[in-house]
Amino acid sequence: MEKFVLVENIDMTFKTPRGSFVALKDINLSIGEGEFVTLIGHSGCGKSTLLNLVAGLLVQTAGVLICAGREIAGPGPDRGVVFQNHSLLPWLTCAENIYLAVERVFGATESKAQLKARTLKALDLVQLGHAADKRPNEISGGMKQRVGIARALSIEPKVLLLDEPFGALDALTRAHLQDELLKIVAKTKSTVLMVTHDVDEAVLLSDRIVMMTNGPAATIGDIVNVDLPRPRDRLALVNDSRYHHLRGRVLEFLYQKQMRPAA
Amino acid sequence: MTAAILKHEKFGTALPAAAPAVVVAPPAPAAGDDDAPPVRRQTPLVEKYGDEIAAFFRAAIPVVFGLAMFAAVWSMLAAHSTLPGPLKTFHSAVGIFSDPFYRKGPNDQGIGWNILMSLGRVGIGFGMAAIIGIPMGFMIGRFRFLSGMMSPIISLLRPVSPLAWLPIGLLVFKAANPAAIWVIFISSIWPMIVNTAVGVREVPQDYLNVAKVLNLSEWKVFTRILFPASLPFVLTGIRLSIGVAWLVIVAAEMLTGGVGIGFWVWDEWNNLNVEHIIIAIFVVGIVGLLLEQMLMLLARRFEYR
Ligand SMILES: Nc1ncnc2c1ncn2[C@@H]1O[C@H](COP(=O)(O)OP(=O)(O)O)[C@@H](O)[C@H]1O
Ligand SMILES: [Mg+2]
Repeated sequence: MEKFVLVENIDMTFKTPRGSFVALKDINLSIGEGEFVTLIGHSGCGKSTLLNLVAGLLVQTAGVLICAGREIAGPGPDRGVVFQNHSLLPWLTCAENIYLAVERVFGATESKAQLKARTLKALDLVQLGHAADKRPNEISGGMKQRVGIARALSIEPKVLLLDEPFGALDALTRAHLQDELLKIVAKTKSTVLMVTHDVDEAVLLSDRIVMMTNGPAATIGDIVNVDLPRPRDRLALVNDSRYHHLRGRVLEFLYQKQMRPAA
Repeated sequence: MTAAILKHEKFGTALPAAAPAVVVAPPAPAAGDDDAPPVRRQTPLVEKYGDEIAAFFRAAIPVVFGLAMFAAVWSMLAAHSTLPGPLKTFHSAVGIFSDPFYRKGPNDQGIGWNILMSLGRVGIGFGMAAIIGIPMGFMIGRFRFLSGMMSPIISLLRPVSPLAWLPIGLLVFKAANPAAIWVIFISSIWPMIVNTAVGVREVPQDYLNVAKVLNLSEWKVFTRILFPASLPFVLTGIRLSIGVAWLVIVAAEMLTGGVGIGFWVWDEWNNLNVEHIIIAIFVVGIVGLLLEQMLMLLARRFEYR
């Protein structure tokens, strides 16, 4: 697989009022085109920081970041970001929220009708065509998160970056959205980097699980290859011994090697 | 303590029971021409609006009590001094408001004209303050450098008493009317600048991240994110400014003269017509309240959550 996203020798140090804080130290990671990679680790270890570096929202202290052969210099429409708290603009309808993104990326080359069609297509992809004219506060948390995903996908990004996209949802809604994300990614063949703290979610969705050590100066502790065949079915996996083995490896890493001291 | 108990025991429980009785009463006369339908109509009406009517009375009765108490205290004070009582003032008010728009000369015009003239000055002064203050607030909120540049000036000028600006206005404009407008302008501009700037600075980072990942142009950032996100703050600024402007106009007009509610108060003082002064106080209060309520209504339309 071709190396599509490259993270080389990345250090990230934050300047805080109480001195500098080394969040990430010497991170090396490559993601192939069409690959689904999850970042897992204890809260505060630096998962979001790494994702935001790839998104271009943060600037690394040292090292190189490359996406599709180009150095990452700030955010760009080649990377679609889904935030943990959906971040929809409450004064715009769902369709308008997506249109804002579509217009920015395709506005120069396409007609209004084409832009509108793209907007609706993105909403249909997450099965929310009926909510196009609703405001974010008129729909459920799960629906908001789906609109967030539709917005990120609408710009046809080369890489989809998701930061705990289902973290705030109840278990049933989360399972439903995970299944939907699997289908969407199978359809769009997106390259995905996703942050999670849910072991089952990581095993179900990923091709590889990147496990991070605890901060400060967090780095990649280990990587688990998830060689379960696709399409994956959460019910079938319950009785799959390979699934349980993989799950066990991640749990072992998180709760033995990186046991969090009682906070 | 006693007040809380009174509210819950007397009003909270007694009213919901009493309210339906009020509703049932009016349809009764109609029962004469048709026996069955009114009964059918009555029940849903009570069910549908019973709660709302109860809520209305629960809200209205304390207000009535408050006003009654106010009138009682006022009457008592009036009985022991030269202050005119509520009734006398009311009769005088009926007289004044029966012909609000007369004109008998430059210094003797109806209460309507006085109110309108004051509102006009407030409108112009406040309007100019909004046109300059709101964009200025946006710039200060958005650009750190401008904020650093303007903060000391604003901090220095903001606490200055509004009327202290009057001599400057008189000096520059050499006329009373523009000087009064100037005082309104300079005293009502600060809340708008400060609140708008705070609003822009308080725009949630999440929304700005959306702008960043989409690489939105500065214009789109402004129209789609900064403006709507800070609008509630801007409206708060406007509301405070209108309040200040209306407070200041009375004082400014007392000093500058001309036609206006403030000058009218002063004029009636010179005539020793105390009823009129009291009426003016009410008028100032009521107009201020209406301005405030109008802006509250407007602000409520822009609440998103
Ligand atoms: N802007 C920042 N300034 C200072 N410290 C930060 C900043 N952002 C994150 N950190 C610190 O870096 C560490 C990693 O944060 P984060 O990436 O959000 O963790 P995670 O997403 O894994 O929970 C935390 O200790 C956090 O306090
Ligand atoms: Mg995080």
